[in-house]
Amino acid sequence: MKNILGYLHSNLTPGEAGSLFWVTVYVLLVFAGVATIVMFMNWFERKAMAHMQVRLGPMRVGPHGLLQPVADALKLLLKEDLMPANADKLVFWFAPVTVVMTAFCGFIVVPFGPTHAITDMNIGVLFMLGVSSLSVLGVIMGGWASNSNYPLMGSLRSGAQMVSYEVAMAMAVVSAVMMSSMATGTGTLSMIGIVRAQMQQHVWFAFSFFPVGLIAFAVFAIAMVAETNRAPFDLPEAESELVAGFLTEYSGFRWSLFFLAEYAAMIAVSSIATTLWLGGWLRPFPNLLAGKNWDLAFSLVPGLSFMVAAGLCFFFYTRMPKIRAMRANAIGQAGLGCFLFALGVVLMLPGVHERIQDIYWFTLKVLGFMYLYIWYRATFPRYRFDQLMKIGWKVLLPISIGVVILTALIGVRQELFALVWR
Amino acid sequence: MSDKQFYESLDEVEPGHTFLGSNELVLNMGPQHPSTHGVLRVILKLDGEKVNGLECVLGYLHRGIEKVAESRTWTQFAPFVDRLDYTAAVSNSLGYCLAVEKMLGVEVPKRAQYLRVILTELCRLASHQIWLGTHLLDIGAVTPLFYTFRDREYILNIFEKYCGARLTNHAFRIGGCRWDAYEGFSKEILHLCDDLLPKIDEYRELITGNRIWLQRTKNVGYISVEDCRSYSITGPVLRASGVCWDVRKAQPYSSYEDFEFDIPTGTASDTFDRYVVRVEEMRQSIRIIRQAVEGLAEGPIIAKVPKVIKPPVGEVYVSIEAPKGELGYFIVSDGSAQPYRVRVRPPSFINLQALEKMSKGSLVADVVAIIGTLDIVLGEVDR
Repeated sequence: MKNILGYLHSNLTPGEAGSLFWVTVYVLLVFAGVATIVMFMNWFERKAMAHMQVRLGPMRVGPHGLLQPVADALKLLLKEDLMPANADKLVFWFAPVTVVMTAFCGFIVVPFGPTHAITDMNIGVLFMLGVSSLSVLGVIMGGWASNSNYPLMGSLRSGAQMVSYEVAMAMAVVSAVMMSSMATGTGTLSMIGIVRAQMQQHVWFAFSFFPVGLIAFAVFAIAMVAETNRAPFDLPEAESELVAGFLTEYSGFRWSLFFLAEYAAMIAVSSIATTLWLGGWLRPFPNLLAGKNWDLAFSLVPGLSFMVAAGLCFFFYTRMPKIRAMRANAIGQAGLGCFLFALGVVLMLPGVHERIQDIYWFTLKVLGFMYLYIWYRATFPRYRFDQLMKIGWKVLLPISIGVVILTALIGVRQELFALVWR
Repeated sequence: MSDKQFYESLDEVEPGHTFLGSNELVLNMGPQHPSTHGVLRVILKLDGEKVNGLECVLGYLHRGIEKVAESRTWTQFAPFVDRLDYTAAVSNSLGYCLAVEKMLGVEVPKRAQYLRVILTELCRLASHQIWLGTHLLDIGAVTPLFYTFRDREYILNIFEKYCGARLTNHAFRIGGCRWDAYEGFSKEILHLCDDLLPKIDEYRELITGNRIWLQRTKNVGYISVEDCRSYSITGPVLRASGVCWDVRKAQPYSSYEDFEFDIPTGTASDTFDRYVVRVEEMRQSIRIIRQAVEGLAEGPIIAKVPKVIKPPVGEVYVSIEAPKGELGYFIVSDGSAQPYRVRVRPPSFINLQALEKMSKGSLVADVVAIIGTLDIVLGEVDR
């Protein structure tokens, strides 16, 4: 008991503190949080794409279709559990499980805040890359076990694609890791360490060694879209060519597992990008606008933003037509407004607002990436397979290798300057 | 046996052996497939992603429309042709009416001719808009579909106001039109033309400069002029290969000789050029519509045609420029009230023949793009 309460005053992640209780709590929290974001993304993607495509998107289930993901999830769970007659039963069953497990494993090291990570590994980035690249295994298993042509081709494409883009991705990561060694002299692969290094160097690595950091960031941002099989690199599940790619034979709960894994993987790679280049949990201008007052002001932003959202809910509630058919919707919207307002108040309570703001900024940055994913999907046509390979091997890989070399050269030069100056 | 010997032995047994001596993958695309534009079935023979050969299986939408004609009167059959190319029902209707009129020797009043031109050109716009949206959808761009369908809606509204139907609008009758222009018809159409031109520019801005779009369409689905001729390909596919052939200019019908318009042609004969040609055709259509609306004279809208149509014994072939290509009607009359035989020359069906030639040696994704660029409608292919 003492250990459990004692952790609250420590400055460690639960993994470092070795507290099994808090690790379990954190794992459950992260799982619930990621699952919630996936549900939210399901709704948000449909809404954002709908508005880009001059239509409304889901409007019926709950206010502005907010409950649509719940309805979808229920539908998927209630569907008949189908398995093709000629499928390899065991592998077919195991494939979605593999994909989900690998997608969620990566979150062990994601730092939502200086202490808000399940654990801090000294090889965090490597762990994350390694685990996320394992998901290709599940995809290939799924495609092969379906014993059907479309899934087979989809999984072959997926395998080739994920393996090729991994290389460019890793090279871009190396550049960020090298940057983390600048102030202290020793680089780190720990996710928390990398964010701390950005704090010490007073710069997000995306803007470090301008424009080298930015190029590395761009390479990663492109490679991560390909890595997660999203448009315009969504060849493995290219609807107009391969029907649904490796997902063709999956339906119901198994399909929803793949869906969950896809979005979880998107969040995972977005978290890597956020951590490595966009300052992780750091709020905007932590050094420039330092001081007690600024700290307080920024820590109130999460609560305020929820309150603004609540205000919007109330505002649109007043503009809803006062008719019987809209009554349930109107009540729902007002209820949502109240909930958001209450959440905003809770987030502003003393004791909460100092702790919550790291998570808030981190999530906000990740959601920015998620919005980009949606934007890409609504904007770009799809690449062809050979073009995709060309971009991976002939464009991104040379650029990322060049970035690594440049980072090293600039870094060495700066260190030498610093030595001479001293 | 070393690897080299193995491959050489393969060469002896089977000259066109596949990569690394692997087996050929036979992929059955359709009839239920998101991008075969209906119920086309394509059997692909693949070497990895590369297409070694393909075969089209047709007939999943066969309704025997040509046979149906033989048990209907000439007038009764007219609504059936709307179901051939259901994205451009007005064009089908025009072709059939022209053929029967030619057989009867009826001169259609000028006003009816102009009305027909206005409606067929609107229909060409609508058809090209569907093509643009679905073609882009095949290549993976989801959004333009909604923009083109939004704009097509305005054209369909005009059809609806004119004759009550939106898609299979039996707008024309043998001898002219059934309905006169409603009140405010000209104004509404001119307004539509003013609205559509910037929309076409909008499509161009969304699509033409897009690198991925260029990479996916340039040099994809090439077909030479000679092949076009030998397959008797018509329409935008032919014009994109540089042949300036348009029935509206070459053999003007329904007063097309009164209007000034250009025939856009391409040079590269690839998917991108076909896209450029079709988009330019949309602009030319707007040009024709404007002239036709301005020149719309007062007068009767239907010629004197007997109640029971009994064309003289004989046969007639009439072709028009439908949005997809040359749409021909070969009709034979035995002097009775029913057609003896109606044979349709569907442009989609004939253009579809080139699919194998165009997509041999390309990748799976290209096949989808090529089906899209041929602009086929299965209602017309299977009839």
